[in-house]
Amino acid sequence: MSVTNEQVRHIAKLARIAMSDEEIERLAPELNNILGWVEQLGEVNTDGVEPLTAVIDQKLRLRDDVVNDGNIRDDVLANAPAAQHGFFAVPKVIE
Amino acid sequence: MLELTAKTIAELRDGLRSREFTAREIAESYNGAVSAAKALNAYTVTTPDDALAAAEAADSGRATGSLAGIPLGIKDLFATKGVDTTAGSNILKGFRPRYESTVTANLRKAGAGMLGKLNMDEFAMGSSNETSAYGPVLSPWRRSGSNVSLTPGGSSGGSAAAVAAHIAPGATGTDTGGSIRQPAAFAGICGIKPTYGRCSRWGIVSFASSLDQAGPMARTVRDCATLLEAMAGFDPKDSTSLDLPVPQWEANLSSDLRGKRVGIPREYRIDGVPAEINALWDQGIEWLKDAGAAPVEISLPHTQYALPTYYIIAPAEASSNLARYDGVRYGLRVEGVKTLDDMYAATRAQGFGAEVKRRIMIGTYVLSAGFYDAYFTKAQKVRALIKQDFAKAFEQCDLILTPTAPSAAFGIGETTDPLAMYLNDVFAVPASLAGLPAMSVPGGLDGQGLPLGLHIIGNELDEQTVLNAGLAIEERAGFTARPEKWW
Repeated sequence: MSVTNEQVRHIAKLARIAMSDEEIERLAPELNNILGWVEQLGEVNTDGVEPLTAVIDQKLRLRDDVVNDGNIRDDVLANAPAAQHGFFAVPKVIE
Repeated sequence: MLELTAKTIAELRDGLRSREFTAREIAESYNGAVSAAKALNAYTVTTPDDALAAAEAADSGRATGSLAGIPLGIKDLFATKGVDTTAGSNILKGFRPRYESTVTANLRKAGAGMLGKLNMDEFAMGSSNETSAYGPVLSPWRRSGSNVSLTPGGSSGGSAAAVAAHIAPGATGTDTGGSIRQPAAFAGICGIKPTYGRCSRWGIVSFASSLDQAGPMARTVRDCATLLEAMAGFDPKDSTSLDLPVPQWEANLSSDLRGKRVGIPREYRIDGVPAEINALWDQGIEWLKDAGAAPVEISLPHTQYALPTYYIIAPAEASSNLARYDGVRYGLRVEGVKTLDDMYAATRAQGFGAEVKRRIMIGTYVLSAGFYDAYFTKAQKVRALIKQDFAKAFEQCDLILTPTAPSAAFGIGETTDPLAMYLNDVFAVPASLAGLPAMSVPGGLDGQGLPLGLHIIGNELDEQTVLNAGLAIEERAGFTARPEKWW
């Protein structure tokens, strides 16, 4: 299986990374090299094998359903590139 | 005064207790050494006042923990309150967390101070430190008779270089697929990645959450044990944190390995590994025999599939984790574009470096509709088989010995093919996929005068046997080589 420039453009869109045609052309063979290499996993018989979900077995903990955090709005906004009136500010999405 | 930086953490602790010197003298020595070593590019930010404040707390008797008065280097992946935390990336330039990671908070509770933040591969993706937005760290080591700049390894390259160059007595590292152990081997120091879940991941910038694990890097096995004890511990804020008491690894250190069986995996004898590395491996087996252990040949049949498995799982998790860098909540935002979508795409295009983009792209592809089962689910199944290989092996042995890396440190710019770079972690990645504790200790120098490491893998939760075997090797290897100071 190999990816085309068109597919690379689509992946870049999914990943929200702007890429020029030149970058896409450079990246496609690199991705194909890596994907071609990982495809050797096809040789491994995994019939009946459950995919690993937790590397060290442990119970999923539950915590009490209580509010134990919050009231740190200014801390949350402190590193925002743009914050206004106590909110994150972004380019206008609705005209 | 200068020789204070040559002491191990254990020696510094003893000297403080006997009042041979003060914590202030230690902090001042290190602050001086750090500012004189800028050529190494090991630190991204220095925090001399932080180190002095911790020293003051120790000298006045306010701090009494196991690391009171010990200043440390902190990898730039750990959130440090009020101090730039950028994961070596342009996309986080200027980010100053309002909180402290659990691991660094634990170290502070034990009395440690901070010398500064240590350079690293961008988002810990790299094996040579060349992907850092700050430029590569230079190894203090050089080949005999050469002044070619070498890599300290990666991604914890700043940590390794700082400890080896005596501009930190110890440092934090993180290891996703070898990022503590490979740089430790390249720099001639010790580094341990504990069992997955021992150290809280809370406040550590995420790369691949099912693999990421913090650990210490230091000059001796004992110092690693001391640091790990302070770093580890249950943290309700990390859902994969292990709810177990922290063992007394340092107090229980013993290089007596009588009754222990050392597994030697036959699949780790691979083509293209220099004879010197295999010779050191054989020497390591002899050292462990001398310490009382009995070698047994074992098989880890899926070893060759570990790297390709890793290069599906790690990029997949990374593509998901790194979705948060969107120019909205922190870090870089590219202005001057019209729509919100364009702002995301332009910010990520400018903020991420080439290797990070490559891995996000691979990860996005293997998780995308139509390919998820063929790549991601398949890799999780092979990962289950790799874990099973180790579980079977540990029925026959108590620890496993291998080389840490397939080569000694290489030159900056020498490895340009991404795949060739990935192969550096061929011996380190299987233990990461299985969540097992693993450590690199220096074994000796190669023919060019560069350090080589031996790699010990333990059963889950058995850091003690790993550290004990490390100590047995350390006592026998007598590794005292130091890089000649050129910086």
